[in-house]
Amino acid sequence: MIDTDVLEATLGHALRSGGDFAEVFVEDRRSSNGRFDDGRVEELVSSRERGAGIRVVVGEMTGFAHTADLSVEGLAQAADAAAGAARGGGGGARAIELVAQDVVRSHEVAVLPETVEKRRKVELLTRADAAARAEGGAITSVTASYADGRRRIQVANSDGLLASDEAVRTRFAVQCVATGDTGMQTGHEAPGLSIGFEMFDTIDPEDVARAAARRAITLLDAVPAPSGKLPVVLKRGAGGVLFHEACGHGLEADHIQKDASVFTGCVGEQVASPYVTIVDDGTYPREWGTFGIDDEGHPAQRNVLIENGVLTDYMWDLLRARKEGRASSGNGRRQTYRDLPMVRMTNTFVTAGESDPDDIIRSVEHGIYCVQLGGGQVNPATGDFVFGVTEAYMIEGGEITNPIRAAQLIGNGPDVMRMVDAVGNDFDTWTGMCGKNGQSVPVSSGQPTLLVREMTVGGTAA
Amino acid sequence: MSNLQEIARRVADSAAAGEQVEAYVVRTRETDVEVFGGEVESLTTAGIEGIGVRVIVDHRLGYASAGSLDPDVIEETVREARDNAAFGEPDGDNALVTPDDLEGLAPPDLDLWRENAMPTDEKVRIALELEAATKAGDPRIRGVEAAGYGDGSSETAIANSHGVTSYTRRTTCSAYAVALADDGTGTQSGYGFTVGRAFDDLDIPSVSRDAVERACRLLGAKPVPGRRIPVVLDPLVTRSFLGVLSSAFNGESVLKGRSLFVGREGEKIGAPTLTLVDDPTDPRALGAALYDSEAVPTRRNALITDGVLQGFLHNVYTGRRAHLRSTGSAVRGGYSTTPGVGIRALRLEPGTRTPEELMASVPEALYVQSVSGLHSGTNPISGDFSVGAEGLMVRGGAFQEPVREVTIASTLQRMLLDVTEVGSDLTFLPGAAAGVTILIGEMTMSGA
Repeated sequence: MIDTDVLEATLGHALRSGGDFAEVFVEDRRSSNGRFDDGRVEELVSSRERGAGIRVVVGEMTGFAHTADLSVEGLAQAADAAAGAARGGGGGARAIELVAQDVVRSHEVAVLPETVEKRRKVELLTRADAAARAEGGAITSVTASYADGRRRIQVANSDGLLASDEAVRTRFAVQCVATGDTGMQTGHEAPGLSIGFEMFDTIDPEDVARAAARRAITLLDAVPAPSGKLPVVLKRGAGGVLFHEACGHGLEADHIQKDASVFTGCVGEQVASPYVTIVDDGTYPREWGTFGIDDEGHPAQRNVLIENGVLTDYMWDLLRARKEGRASSGNGRRQTYRDLPMVRMTNTFVTAGESDPDDIIRSVEHGIYCVQLGGGQVNPATGDFVFGVTEAYMIEGGEITNPIRAAQLIGNGPDVMRMVDAVGNDFDTWTGMCGKNGQSVPVSSGQPTLLVREMTVGGTAA
Repeated sequence: MSNLQEIARRVADSAAAGEQVEAYVVRTRETDVEVFGGEVESLTTAGIEGIGVRVIVDHRLGYASAGSLDPDVIEETVREARDNAAFGEPDGDNALVTPDDLEGLAPPDLDLWRENAMPTDEKVRIALELEAATKAGDPRIRGVEAAGYGDGSSETAIANSHGVTSYTRRTTCSAYAVALADDGTGTQSGYGFTVGRAFDDLDIPSVSRDAVERACRLLGAKPVPGRRIPVVLDPLVTRSFLGVLSSAFNGESVLKGRSLFVGREGEKIGAPTLTLVDDPTDPRALGAALYDSEAVPTRRNALITDGVLQGFLHNVYTGRRAHLRSTGSAVRGGYSTTPGVGIRALRLEPGTRTPEELMASVPEALYVQSVSGLHSGTNPISGDFSVGAEGLMVRGGAFQEPVREVTIASTLQRMLLDVTEVGSDLTFLPGAAAGVTILIGEMTMSGA
């Protein structure tokens, strides 16, 4: 992307009036997406983003500037702006010698998106629409979208690190509206993987569409969700996002260093039920949150955060780790070259346990069974979270019964983790985008079927 | 003519015979200071340039964008947009705005630009003082999670091959703080912010005051038993609900049958006390604008008047499909997206009584200070919602015990009908909707 000697000169330039650390992050991203709505291909959109972000660190202070001008002059100008913002360090000219790092990728990409004819991408959308509508006349509206992206990055820093990586991601989403006597209901399904067009060898767009359509139709017959404290069974894959929100964010070292997490000072303590082991694994092959190197050039890692209920470590980016005199855990990520990196999750999983998922459901006398959660939100300082539930059922006498609608799960992260009473021997993952301080990055979450003894369900039933 | 207008003009003029081409060109500059622990944590200076190109050929639409105004990148972008158009399906209503469409329309007289010559050191000082004031605001404040100051400017030029053009520029300025309070009963956080077009518009002291008060008054908050109860929404919460509700007034949702109010023009959909307008011509609104995102002048659009639905918002495309004119409501998420339909300056017409008088008008109510999970917890198509809430119980017209970990639930339709009264405290806020305190007759609160 950028020649090594230009990167070396830019880093030298960034540090010429002092500073402890300088970094150049270069990104070139091409993406395309298509949207089918209202019975027709509504639009096909391509985009291209290319630029560099430069930061200079002096003590606790970071100066940052970015530019879409990747010429020698453009980079020097951005380096000046970043250095100016972080002025005040000592030292003088430094010669930087970059050493290229080998990057290990957990999997290969077989079919690059730009090698696939646009016509084939559009066909997937048309097939999805037909499959969804074939589920019944109740389906009154179908929206399908296809998206792919290829992101190449290059990172160079004043420690001599030089590394580059390429990530390809493909996603397919279908949303259906079903209309019946009870009004309109929606169903949504949106798988995504860090691979190319070969994703459609294993994920059938028609299956995705049928899942979304059935979900919407099921909700037409749903009863209003109950309110109050109830046992909650989270189906495999469905609840990982709850642990991402309720626990993961509180384990990010930036919140810890700001004393703005309920988990501050809890390493070595029992913070969850002994059934709970949580890992954040940026190396998991093909998963949505997987990469070779993070956006600071550190290789992706598998990090155990909670082992048998005991908090083992937080997640770290470069600057927070430097402050503690330790290594990054490979969790420094940014949305684009225009953003500063911060501590972010990758693929965050509750690992499988030993219970039979059917036994877990049978053990509940009166509770709810969640099959799909919508988005959620957490306040890491307090651990309080709330989640929308997009597909769920009542459990009565150990049997799954009526579908319910308009439920929210509300609770406190540490409380919920202590109330995990059973963990299944199954496992699945879920694809999403995680937002933090205005930046959105691809992540996945995952978990086996598990039972939370009690959670507040906020429903609309009288 | 600015260089952005030249670029937009040149791209629009490159349209081949039978082709309609539109260029949307934007340039922004910003400075952001974030402080923590009495020191600058980061200082960002940034400039973004980008272009979005729409091409319509044989009624087929293609779009492409790029985050660069390099001539070779612009050329590639136009080429991609053209190529993408070949895969769109023909739609007779796909069209760019023409001079005929704009007959008799003029943009409002607004000046959204303020010169800003503040040195960086001054911005740093403002942020550091804000953090210190927040920390010192109450002995129970144990820390400031984040505080900062930022300002920026943006210029936008639009040109299309029918000869329609627009050029606008605006500035913004803001400061915020997040306070953490703890009195031994657990941590609570609260935030404050202020926004304007220039530093002189900002009310900096209110930022730390709000952050401190909002964090401290929740100390000791607990769930309360669920019941049906009158609810008072804080202006910020009202603003969030208006944001969610806005999709029901979106002409695109209406055409696709996804609006709660399809076919209900002229009907009563809200309490008589409710009047809702989207008015980007109001200079007080942060979302005020001269033109929309496809160069149509903005105008005041009444959506609900005294509880009665007046109509919906449209851009050129949805207007043509509905056999109506654009309401000047095209919005974009940036240069990378095609123009959709949306609000810019939505507000409820304020009432005559203060929030305190509203609270004193009921024996007991839940005052909702903030909600969480509003987007995940609301189904904008069915209108069902159930969201997490924290706030305070109100009795005797005064705040009583703080409450957390409860949910409030209803439907958007029900809520509009149940608005008992709108307060007099209309507050212009960042984003596309203004806030005001409202009293809702009854909602389901579930808790302990």
